[in-house]
Parts: sequence; structure tokens; C-alpha cells
Amino acid sequence: MTLAVFFGCSFIAFGPALGLCLFSVVREPLRVIILVAGKAIEGLVALSEDGCSPISIQQMAYVAGLGFGLMSGAFSMINLLADALGPGTVGIHGDSQLYFLTSAFMTMVMIFLHTFWGILFFHGCETQRWWEMVAVIFTHLIVSGLGSRVRQAPSQDPEGPSGALPLSCSLPALPALWCCQLGPTVAFSAISFLSSVIGGPPFVPAGGRCPGAPAARE
Amino acid sequence: MCLRRKDLFCVAIIGFHRAVPMTELSAHLPQFQHGQLTENFPDNHLCNTNDNSERRRHDNSERRRNDNPESETNGQPQNRTQQVVEQDEEDEELTLKYGAKHVIMLFAPVTLCMVVVVATIKSVSFYTRKDGQLIYTPFTEDTDTVGQRALNSILNAAIMISVIIVMTILLVVLYKYRCYKVIHGWLIISSLLLLFFFSFIYLGEVFKTYNVAMDYITLALMIWNFGVVGMICIHWKGPLRLQQAYLIMISALMALVFIKYLPEWTAWLILAVISVYDLVAVLCPKGPLRMLVETAQERNETLFPALIYSSTMMWLVNMAEEDPEAQRKASKSSTYDKQANQIQNEDADLDDGGFNPEWEQQRDSRIGPLESTPESRAAVQALPSNSQASEDPEERGVKLGLGDFIFYSVLVGKASATASGDWNTTLACFVAILIGLCLTLLLLAIFKKALPALPISITFGLVFYFATDNLVQPFMDQLAFHQFYI
Repeated sequence: MTLAVFFGCSFIAFGPALGLCLFSVVREPLRVIILVAGKAIEGLVALSEDGCSPISIQQMAYVAGLGFGLMSGAFSMINLLADALGPGTVGIHGDSQLYFLTSAFMTMVMIFLHTFWGILFFHGCETQRWWEMVAVIFTHLIVSGLGSRVRQAPSQDPEGPSGALPLSCSLPALPALWCCQLGPTVAFSAISFLSSVIGGPPFVPAGGRCPGAPAARE
Repeated sequence: MCLRRKDLFCVAIIGFHRAVPMTELSAHLPQFQHGQLTENFPDNHLCNTNDNSERRRHDNSERRRNDNPESETNGQPQNRTQQVVEQDEEDEELTLKYGAKHVIMLFAPVTLCMVVVVATIKSVSFYTRKDGQLIYTPFTEDTDTVGQRALNSILNAAIMISVIIVMTILLVVLYKYRCYKVIHGWLIISSLLLLFFFSFIYLGEVFKTYNVAMDYITLALMIWNFGVVGMICIHWKGPLRLQQAYLIMISALMALVFIKYLPEWTAWLILAVISVYDLVAVLCPKGPLRMLVETAQERNETLFPALIYSSTMMWLVNMAEEDPEAQRKASKSSTYDKQANQIQNEDADLDDGGFNPEWEQQRDSRIGPLESTPESRAAVQALPSNSQASEDPEERGVKLGLGDFIFYSVLVGKASATASGDWNTTLACFVAILIGLCLTLLLLAIFKKALPALPISITFGLVFYFATDNLVQPFMDQLAFHQFYI
């Protein structure tokens, strides 16, 4: 397989997420740490309750979700990309030739979904809305289930990998699937996010200054 | 070209100290020893805030208890408490922010070293080929039974660790008895070996892998330049980034040697045992590394630049290096100086230059008794001048020993070389080490003293390696096979 396939698939899978990373995470060291470590350090949690912290809970949710997404995407995709650099022909035994492409797109979708689920889950925990958390878990299960449901295709070839062929057969259905998954989730997360904005500014500027309490500090 | 056993002996015995002693992490925070100010930065709010914060907290807690009305700056006790609490919060927040910055300052070089090692392992087959073993691991792992293999690897690890312990103790003894020349000679020889010999082998193997034709003259010129600039940068002065780059490169080279010549089970065992040893050596009161750090702090010296990666202000290290010389000369001629001082004082009494006793009484009544003694003048002169600090005043450096770089890279490199999970395992170990480093730096910010950087990271790395390789990898394999996304 060619370098073009390698770069194409890696940019499809990781491009948007890395763009998000580059523009919102890399500048702030604290966010990078949360991205890597994945959860709030106790000091940060304690500070965030004071009202003026270096990083807000929404930022933390976003970055943690992005971190989870990137890790899951990396784990799904990286062996594939390594194989894409080596010799071989995709689908030579009659499987789908679009295996790499579909994997790349699914990985991209999963990264985004993990980010959104992270934000929603944190929000649900913060505001004690159990239905949000249940909805996150439920949609997660639905997405994974749908992904496997698509594969239940007529071809019962016991020889080769029966997974890839049906997936490509239902290729036209994939964009529809992604819209179904992404659309509501995006809308849901946007609404919840905006509603939480009322409680405080979503993204505290890097200086960490509290707009609400300037007089308390000198 | 492969190393023969007799070469390996020379290689290992000199190159070992690189991996051995400096496996601890020390923050380049100002030292509070004996009230002696060793602040190396120009006056800036952040540093003073942070380094005096501990003292202030103590003072403030005492004040709150005693309710001492003698404080000039604060008025009512309530306001004082409030301001103090706010100051503490601000300190904490700043500490966290700058702690985070330090973590990032160490993420980058550690990541870079691991990337270099993994890239080399994946592309240059020389470092995964079995070409014999080091003299320190004489027992082979190609045995008939698993039990024999386990026993051999345990013996190998035991021998290796004892060698490391002996060499650490030797280094500490040499340092304690001020045999600086021997230590410097040792460091210079090992740097020479790494910068010239190992890089020559590395370059040769890279050329072989990519089938690049190269003549000896060009090669000699390249290696010569690389080596000489490296020696200058590491042992003398050089641009900070170049020095950091060289330290990363020699750590990577050393890690590659370990990956090549350590058999599998031995390598994992050695990693486990050395992190335990690191914990003991740095934290126990009689641990060699702790004694080394404390001796260095007592003498107000910094540790050898060739063994420590510092994220900022390496020029300070070079300046401090001149101090041992000055101090030794000072200590030798101390009696002579005392005599000279006495003579000077007598002269001064005769001619006070206009500062007659009435003037001195006035001064004493206004601002309290101040008299610069020779000791205080020497202490002030010993402070590095603030004019040279053209760096960002908020740049406080964190130091990490090169041994830590080496063993992190050995872990990740071995994971990428021998794991069946391939990239998943490598990625997992990489993230594990970064998380461990994060936690270690957090502890460093809390405890503010030299801490071992190996134990947490290596433990996480080993756990993640075995868990990912045996549990996660088969699972992810099946998922990818069936294109099932979770």
C-alpha cells in the first residue's frame, strides 16, 4: 500500500482531533496534562470549587473527552496505519477494498463521539442529572451496536474475514449512520453546553482571572 | 560491524555511570538550607512568592496563633488572615500553573528521546538482532526449560544491579572526598565513547539500513564535528537547546545499547529492580544518591551537567562549576585570609573614611545594627549576578537525570521491539511513562526535594506493558478484524 493511503487514512482519522488539540489544548500546559493523564488532579478539583481556577470544569471535560477519544482512536487505528505502510493489497481475497478508508472514518467519528460524551458525562455529574449520564452510556452502546449490526450481511463466507465485506456493501448506509450518530449527539451536547454557560464563562482565559471577583484579589 | 565481547567490556564499564547515579529528579528550586539564600534568579514576584511561601505559611500560622501585633505591614488580625489565605490560594494556583509548565518542559524531551529510540528500533534491524550479551549478563536465556531461563535472568539482573550499586557508591565516595578530577575524567571518557564510538556505530547501521553510500572521509568529518561540538556543549558552554539535544541523543544511544544487549526477561527484571533501587537510594537517609544530592547542596554546588538534563539556565551550572575550584582554594588559604582580614580591620580602624562613630550611631538608631562582615560580603559576592539573567524570570528549571531518560526509553524500546501487540503496547507504555512522570512531578511540587523519577513511571510502564500485551492486544486485534468500534 502506498504512502498516500497511509497519510490519507491518518489525516482522516486524526486530522480534526489533532486540529482541536492544536488550537485549544497545546497552548495551555494544564490542558495537556489532563489530556494525557485523563483525570483531574485533586488540587485542580479543589481549586475549581473556589470559583476561580486555572481551568474550568468544562475545559476539563472537553480535554478529558478529547484525550479518551484520541487514545481510543489511536488504539484502533495505529496497527492499521503501520500495516498500510507495508506491502500488500487490500481486499485481495474478495473483501472490501475500502477497509482502510472506512476504518479511518469510523475512527474519526469515534474520536468526536468520545469528546462529546466526555463533555456530557462531566456535565451530568456536575449538575446531578442522572438521565444525562444514562443517555451517554445508552448512546455509546447504540453506536457500537449499530456498527456491528451493519455487519450482519448475507455473505456467510467462512474462509476470509467476513467482517469487511458486508461493511462495504452497506457503504451508502454509512454516511446516514454517521449523521444519525453525530447529529443528535452534537445537538445534545451543544444545548447542554450552552445551558451550563449560564453558570459561568465556558472558557476561562489563560490568565485564570475570575471576571466575577476582581475585588477580592489585589 | 558488531561489538565483540572485549569491546563490550570497555563499553559497559565506562558507560554505566551514565545510567547509574543520576536517576533522581530534583527541582531547581531555591534552597532553604541554613537560611542561606541561593536564589539564582532576578527579583521577581513569582519566585519570591513561591520560595518564601513555605516560610510565610509557617510565619503566618505562628502569627495567627500568637496574635502578635508587631507586624508592620498588616493592620487588623482579620484582614491579615484574609490576605494570608488569599495569598496562599494565589500561591497554590501559581504553583500549580508553573508545576504544569515544568511537567510540559519535561514531557517534550522524554517524548523526543522515546520517539528517537522507537523509530530506530522499528527501522534499523541491528538493534533487535541478537549479537551476544554484555559481560554483566553472562547467563544466556536460550535455555531448554522455562525454570532455567527464569533462574538465569534473575542471576543476570542480580549481577547487573550489584555492579550498578558498586559504581554508584564509588561515585559518591569520590564526590565526598572531592576527587573531582577523577569524576570529571570518568565523565569525559564516557562522553567521548558515547559521542564518537556509539554514534559512529549508529550512523553506520542507519546507512546500512537505507543503503546510503558514504565514504570514510565525509564520515570522519561528520563524526568529528558531532563529537567535538557535543563535548563542548555538554561539559562546557553551549546554547541551551543544543545541549539539551545532545543529552537526549546520548540518552537514546545508551538506551539502544541496553535494548540490544539485554535479553528479554533480564531487561524486565532489571527495570523492576532498578526502580526499587532508585527509590531506596534517593529516599533512604543513607542512600548513596541522597547523600550525593545533600553533599552537593551543602557545598552549594550543582551536580554534574553531563549527568543531568536541565530545562533552563544551564549557564548557571557552568558558573557554579567554578565554585568548587574557588572554594577549594578558599579553604586552603583560609588561614591566610583570616590574617589578611585582621590586618585590614586594623588599618580600617585608623582611617574610617568619614564614617565616624557619631554617624554610625545615627545609622544604628535609624535602621538597626548593620555591619558587613567579611563572611557576609563573601556570601553576597558568591551570588551569581542578576544582570546575566536575561531569560524569562518565570522560567524555573526542572532537572531530570539522564538515567531516567535511558530507562524510560529502554522500557518503551523493549516494548516496541518484543511485544506481539506492536504499536498498541508501545503507545500504552509511552502514555504510562508520561502519567508516571506527571505524578512524580506533582509529588516534587509537594515535597520540594530530590525524588526518584523511576519507580512510578517504570511501575506503570511494566504493568501497562504486560496488561496490554496479554489482555488488550488480542481484544483490540479482534475488534479491528471485525471493524467493531467501542
